Amino acid sequence: MAKKRSAGYELTKGIIKENPLLILMLGTCPALAVTTSAMNGLGMGAASTAVLVLSNVVISLLRKVIPDKVRIPAYITIIASLVTILQFLLQAYLPELNAALGIFIPLITVNCIILGRAEAFANSHGVLMSAVDGLGMGVGFTLALFFIGSLREILGFGTFFDVPMPWISDGGLQPMIIFGLPAGGFAIFGIMVAITQKLNKRFYAQKPQETMDRERYPGSISVRTDAIFETTEIVDGPRPARTPARDAVPASLSEPGALAKKEQADAESEDK
Amino acid sequence: MKEFLIILFSVILIDNLVLSRFLGVCSFLGLTKSLKNAMGMSVAVIFVMLIATAVTYPIYWSLLEPVNLGYLQTVVFILVIASVVQVLEAVIRKAFPPLYKAMGIYLPLITTNCAILGVMLINISEIYSFPAAMMSSLGAGVGYMLAMFLFTGVREKMEKADIPDFMEGLPSTLMAASIVSVSFMGFKGVIENLFG
Repeated sequence: MAKKRSAGYELTKGIIKENPLLILMLGTCPALAVTTSAMNGLGMGAASTAVLVLSNVVISLLRKVIPDKVRIPAYITIIASLVTILQFLLQAYLPELNAALGIFIPLITVNCIILGRAEAFANSHGVLMSAVDGLGMGVGFTLALFFIGSLREILGFGTFFDVPMPWISDGGLQPMIIFGLPAGGFAIFGIMVAITQKLNKRFYAQKPQETMDRERYPGSISVRTDAIFETTEIVDGPRPARTPARDAVPASLSEPGALAKKEQADAESEDK
Repeated sequence: MKEFLIILFSVILIDNLVLSRFLGVCSFLGLTKSLKNAMGMSVAVIFVMLIATAVTYPIYWSLLEPVNLGYLQTVVFILVIASVVQVLEAVIRKAFPPLYKAMGIYLPLITTNCAILGVMLINISEIYSFPAAMMSSLGAGVGYMLAMFLFTGVREKMEKADIPDFMEGLPSTLMAASIVSVSFMGFKGVIENLFG
């Protein structure tokens, strides 16, 4: 059973410690696809947060009514209905954002964050705590998307919220288009994950592997994959020491002048 | 015929499901550690993708659209996909035990794989004819398989590489994915040159 924790902890854990995108690796698809600008990242994050909070509340309210065996289809139906409502609201009030996000609005339904939080939190906690958890996780997701979106917009298009950067408008530097393309998305995302894992180690003394722990974080990427790899070996403890690349070269060749001597010897043997 | 070939190749190479449309990235990162898993998952995805298209396409155009219930597509499609996966699992388990052994364990993962729902929605929004929609689903599945296979090879090489501590694990995997994605950008002009 989960430990009782304060509302403040549940609200802030999503920002670094259990960041859903960068540590738990949930919801990678929208994070890569729609983050070509800061505005899109913020919009996608806000939309997902709204669905996450509402679905957590509804599922938490219904947690004693839904039979355990059919809970996943029930959750998916609830989430899909919420997403449909959200899509209507966006079409009516923010048509531009709706067009920019495209099919990734309906795809919030299958975003692993929402089902993951429902499984991991909402079906075992009260309504208020579930709402707080949804909000905290949503804020963490939004922040991550916003940072990725800002970086890609600044580097790839030379603008920030459609305002041109000074060094671009002066005509000094050209934007690097690759960051606006899918390849740049993967690269920026990789760098963000590296930075967050580093921060996590410093602030919480937590190793990345621990956050992927299947018992404590149901719904994280490793859970879904681990479940089917019962045969796969899991290596515990410290990694075996690696041989540094320079040791791979035999000592006889690494001392100064060794190559020249060898060439000379080869040349002599050819002469003979 | 030419039209179908254009759809097929552009979905496999240019609009690759994983590397340029970013659908199914979770399974792409999670299941490419060994060739066996990549193979099982890709085959299961192709299978479910084709069956789900064959079911959702008529449902949308003959049931939902005529009565203006098109907005229910998300709810209906996800339920259809979930039921197709459940039925398929039961049927395969009873009728073809060896096949179940090979890909059965991947089937439940597919319900929440955004690749399937995404392709269904794209097929509807592009207003494809039924054969074209099937072709686009097949292409999407094959493209997914191609990306999975290529990336499995890359990751096997990376196992032996000496990676700096802070990039170890997921960050380096994502950087590798970025480079694989760059290589797919090279296909941009291929379709125009092939089919004029």
